[in-house]
Amino acid sequence: MIEFTLWDILRNLLLATRWTIVLSLVSFVGGGAVGLILLFLRISKRRSLRAIAKYYVELFQGTPLLMQLFIAFFGLGLFGIDVPAWLAAGLALILWSAAFLTEIWRGCVEAIAKGQWEASASLGMGRLQQMRYVILPQALKIAVPPTVGFSVQVVKGTALTSIIGFVELSKAGTVVTNATFQPFTVYGLVALIYFALCWPLSKSSQILERKLNVAHRNH
Amino acid sequence: MGYHFEFGWLLQYYPQIVKGVLITIELIAIGGVLGISLGIFCAWVRALGPSWLRPVVASYVELIRNTPFLIQLFFIFFGLPSLGLQLSELTAANIAMVVNLGAYSCEIIRAGIQATPKGQFEAGASLAMTPFETFRHVVLVPSLQRIWPALSSQVVIVMLGSSVVSQIAAEDLTFAANFIQSRTFRAFEAYMVSTVIYLALAILLRQVLAIIGGFIFPRRLAR
Repeated sequence: MIEFTLWDILRNLLLATRWTIVLSLVSFVGGGAVGLILLFLRISKRRSLRAIAKYYVELFQGTPLLMQLFIAFFGLGLFGIDVPAWLAAGLALILWSAAFLTEIWRGCVEAIAKGQWEASASLGMGRLQQMRYVILPQALKIAVPPTVGFSVQVVKGTALTSIIGFVELSKAGTVVTNATFQPFTVYGLVALIYFALCWPLSKSSQILERKLNVAHRNH
Repeated sequence: MGYHFEFGWLLQYYPQIVKGVLITIELIAIGGVLGISLGIFCAWVRALGPSWLRPVVASYVELIRNTPFLIQLFFIFFGLPSLGLQLSELTAANIAMVVNLGAYSCEIIRAGIQATPKGQFEAGASLAMTPFETFRHVVLVPSLQRIWPALSSQVVIVMLGSSVVSQIAAEDLTFAANFIQSRTFRAFEAYMVSTVIYLALAILLRQVLAIIGGFIFPRRLAR
């Protein structure tokens, strides 16, 4: 039997961590882009557009991410598309993140005083101009801490993609466990690596929030 | 593409689906009650508890909130047996959910406690209540009431997250879906139906929590 040193285990896990990071970045950026589009729908003047975005968010927040992954993985195959695990993983995570980011950002936009909308409308600005020059710059400031906080959920969400066979940190943990028969050490290390990825994000979200609050109090 | 969607055949698997739904409900019922209890205890420690215990609870909360539920589950189910602690799938799933919800609800409840006006603690003390009595009889219920919506959302999130317990062969709804999928290769229908059931469960759970909230907090919160 081959002996595995702690370094062997850690090295393999760290190699797989790259994919966790890549997938997290893709999901977060892609989710942000889709989320921004949904945000515009969600606060649109047309009721039907608002309803679409609302039900989208309800659907993705009300069902397990794992099910969304399964449907992306097995469901797309039915339409004759050969779906590799990374594609299903990326797609499902982007759509899932978009739902949560839309909801977070909607709260931020709605937190902007109504007078701001009225004032910019009285200057003859169109809806897009209002958003671009008046509302979003202010909303952005409040949006940063919860958005950074949500990135932690995205990193943790990528762990589920191991179940449809995408090889990232969690999958590597399972594979390494099967080779070494040391689940305690391996999953302990996997947890620590996730912690090392997520904790700085959580902390910076908290710090940003505190800074923002201070800024508010000085108004 | 020649693929025909058919859902009628799923009826013959209804015993598996019902069993899965019941186990999912059982998991969230036990996990919810014990998890929130653990959260209340941890929030008490962090806000008012003995100072030596605070860093312990703080590290527990940070550790759980910054690692995926799946890994916590694997660690408990696969990792702990090497310390001599062998658990059944359902017990491991339940423990993982309690530990997970405990950490999240701790932070939520603590926010509720911190929003309590300081005068209430002083009022309690002036009635010769011990700090614990003040917490138990004066502070706790209004604190919970303040954060009940956030806590409810977290319980729903944990319920949806419980779908991963199928990975350690706990026979919940997702397990049933996987079972049906492996028997019939009709993945799309199996997962579609269980997704809809999860959605219904989430909506139902939110209602149930609102009703429970109405019972625990009959009075409106004083501002």
